[in-house]
Amino acid sequence: MRQIADWALAMAVARGSSHAEARIVDERWRSLGTRNGRVSVASEGESLGLGIRVLADGGWGFAATQELTRAGVERCAAMAVEIAKASARVQREPVRLVDEPAAVAEWSSPCKIDPFAVPMEENFDLLRKIDAALTAVEGVTLAETSMTFRRYEQWFYSTEGAAIHQTRTTTGAGFAAHAFEGDSIQTRSYPNSFGGQYQNKGYELIGELRLLENAERVARECVELLKAPQCPEGRRDIVLDSSQLGLQIHESIGHPIELDRVLGYEANFAGTSFLTLDKLHTLRYGSELVNVVADAREEHGPGLGTFAFDDEGVAAQCVPIITKGRFEGYLSSRDTAAMIGRNRSGGHMRAEGWARVPIVRMTNVSILPSEQPMSFDDLIGSTSDGIYMETNRSWSIDDKRYNFQFGCEAAWEIKGGKLGRMLRNPSYSGITTEFWNSMDAICDRRHWTLWGTPNCGKGQPEQSMGTGHGAAPARFLQVKVGGAYGK
Amino acid sequence: MTVNRVMDKGRCAEIFERIRRATDLRDVEVSVRGGRSSLTRFANNAITQNVSEEGYEISVRVQMGGRTARATTNLLDDESLRRVVQQAEALARVQEQDPELLPMLTVAEQGSVPELNRYCEETATMGAGERAEQVAAMVAVAHRHGLNAAGIYSSGEEFEALFNSHGVERWHRQTMAEASVTMQAADSSGWQKQNYTTAKRLDARALAETAAEKALRSAAPVELPPGKYTVILEPSAVVDLIGFLAHDFSGLALLEQRSCLNGRLGTKLFGENISIVDDVSHADQTGPAFDGEGVARNGLTLVENGVVREVAMARGTAARVSESNLASKLIGARPTGHGFSLPNENGESATNIVFKVAPGDAKTVEEMIARTERGLLITRFWYIREVDAYEKILTGMTRDGTFLVENGKVGKGIRNFRFNQSVIQMLQHVLDLGQPVRAAGEEAFDMVAPPMRVEGFQFMETTRF
Repeated sequence: MRQIADWALAMAVARGSSHAEARIVDERWRSLGTRNGRVSVASEGESLGLGIRVLADGGWGFAATQELTRAGVERCAAMAVEIAKASARVQREPVRLVDEPAAVAEWSSPCKIDPFAVPMEENFDLLRKIDAALTAVEGVTLAETSMTFRRYEQWFYSTEGAAIHQTRTTTGAGFAAHAFEGDSIQTRSYPNSFGGQYQNKGYELIGELRLLENAERVARECVELLKAPQCPEGRRDIVLDSSQLGLQIHESIGHPIELDRVLGYEANFAGTSFLTLDKLHTLRYGSELVNVVADAREEHGPGLGTFAFDDEGVAAQCVPIITKGRFEGYLSSRDTAAMIGRNRSGGHMRAEGWARVPIVRMTNVSILPSEQPMSFDDLIGSTSDGIYMETNRSWSIDDKRYNFQFGCEAAWEIKGGKLGRMLRNPSYSGITTEFWNSMDAICDRRHWTLWGTPNCGKGQPEQSMGTGHGAAPARFLQVKVGGAYGK
Repeated sequence: MTVNRVMDKGRCAEIFERIRRATDLRDVEVSVRGGRSSLTRFANNAITQNVSEEGYEISVRVQMGGRTARATTNLLDDESLRRVVQQAEALARVQEQDPELLPMLTVAEQGSVPELNRYCEETATMGAGERAEQVAAMVAVAHRHGLNAAGIYSSGEEFEALFNSHGVERWHRQTMAEASVTMQAADSSGWQKQNYTTAKRLDARALAETAAEKALRSAAPVELPPGKYTVILEPSAVVDLIGFLAHDFSGLALLEQRSCLNGRLGTKLFGENISIVDDVSHADQTGPAFDGEGVARNGLTLVENGVVREVAMARGTAARVSESNLASKLIGARPTGHGFSLPNENGESATNIVFKVAPGDAKTVEEMIARTERGLLITRFWYIREVDAYEKILTGMTRDGTFLVENGKVGKGIRNFRFNQSVIQMLQHVLDLGQPVRAAGEEAFDMVAPPMRVEGFQFMETTRF
């Protein structure tokens, strides 16, 4: 790989590049799934290629190829420089990068059991059993199961001297039951919606998720939803489960703190942000209990945003985002950090694969759990009148990240500190800062889970990226509920 | 710089032959896809990102005794092609037999596809300098109006070849050029987007002018109370809502009871003025005229005067539908050429949506505005998600150019709204339709869709801008 990178970097410099990076990615994946007892997904794949990012005449250029011969690599590098020079024709200021020590490193995400070494018979056997347990429950009209594995190996070299080799292994699995009756389609998923749970782990994750053990319960809840009363409309205290809170963090904290959005780079697509530069260190984002970090380090856990170096060679860091409710930090890159006068990037540049350019991305954007003991039972027990909502069903937020609305799969009334009857079609909505300032309780570390969002979309051309979100169940006061079905 | 040529049909056929020689299996299907795409992105009136990628993918599906699996690689050497076949075979062998899995498509079944010319040499070979010129033209519009522009200009070509060991051979290639632009003022913005198979039809400067006009016109937006409004939806807004219905027009979705059309086939679900077809041959459509197995894509009458008539069906779906009680409620249970590559989760989908509006019935947006006493003109929607799968309630926001219409005239810009609206109910309350045009949004695939005037569109909340 070193040879391929050397061809690329040498050609880039020869054509006039002042800074060049070569990323070679070798990726492998396997996806399996069933649907009402039949195999619905049985595929695997591999992809190997090179992406070259260069600065020339103060502009960015990027080109990617899978032709890893000397001729193919040099042609690609020359094209990257030509593109950069075209960028410089419509430019306000030359791109400037903050310094970063050139790292030489090797890193792999911890993986106890290689998922690609587990017999596929075993994979399908588990999925079939889960599928059978779901369809055995009367009223279930569709059962879905899935399991995915991915190995992502990357070599990063730069003209500054960086040489970084990283390998991440990711495993994901989950299932869903659907039921149709009358005028309603209801769904219950486990352990999360839209494919389940994903982490930077090996096959050991599958056992930890206890999928089969939860199948019948989840299917029964799905059918029960058909007869459950509608979630009321009005203002209520709400308790969110940790997976829903993870998505709430993703949408209403993770995206608005992206510095490229703040600076207008995403104005045409993903949007901008209400977190303008004047709000840094001044905005009361949430209540005193809200502490959020963007932590890519291994010690944060096996999140989809865990790595040793980002895709422009910056070391993984823990960046404080919200500390005791106050807004303290952005997600940044070497060029966006320079634009706001910082002396170092937070290490948030990530690319979907070899063919895509790195852009500012979430790593693991997590809310920290309560340092005081607070169990889930304590949380519900201290809620006199409210609604507990679980598992995301729909999500939407405006292009500056103020107004949001979320729907969940299921909810339960809370009366006198106890969970009561089930409610269907729950939803809640609000304004980001008002919502986070209404948080008055969060569970402790025992209830904290590092969730994986495998498919966050951003950028043009659009890129899909895995992000991590640690969260524990939390309570929010007098939130607007039921508006999604309001008249 | 001379642009490298992408793979041609002959090279794809040669790869298929090498794979055939690498296995004794009788049932092998190979798709070869790829191309080159380049995109120049700008923000704050300057180019901020500029990329080009070229890549190919060889995907092999094997079938053996009621089992099928797929493996994919982008490596073209013999050893990699042998390995990918072995991987697919290994993945198929561990499955239980599926008695409903049909044999691979044969030449006798595949149907004939029309000759579609969707390739433009100038678009395929467009370079970074030419894209920069287009961006410069859009930025010049921003400078002239004192605005801040962000957007993209992209160009490229793609191809798809499909072969199977029963003699099926399919080939499609097309080019595409796209521009989108957001013009930002102090407290307002305007947006436009368009794409075609040839850059010759794309007028980036005109898009920028329209976006600028919207940004300037919506300055100092006022806040209106949430509620039901008559809305005039520009085609991009229509596309992004209707896209959420497309997957319901699927035989498998009906069989699995996840379609909002369950229990509603043959009924007058939408207004009399709603007629929608799926027509891959339409001059403003794109994509191949065959599906993931190679079946020729037929035209479909999805909705005729408000009644759902046909849905998309892959081969396997058609066989299952013909054995079910759904068969009597649809015009026919036949493969329509809309199936996804096997194996897959969702079966098939309508993909080439074209609204049908008689030219004499079509109203211009200006006429719709003139006919509106009080309502809203909406440029686009944003972050649309499904709230309710059966009633097809969607939520989302307005964005980049939302205006009050009063007494037949466009008035002030308004602060953006959140809507919660059933698309089914929306299509029951369409007052006027315009002439359908090729239109693109950001939430759904491109369509040939009209502007619409709709009564009683429900907005629930406002945001802060």
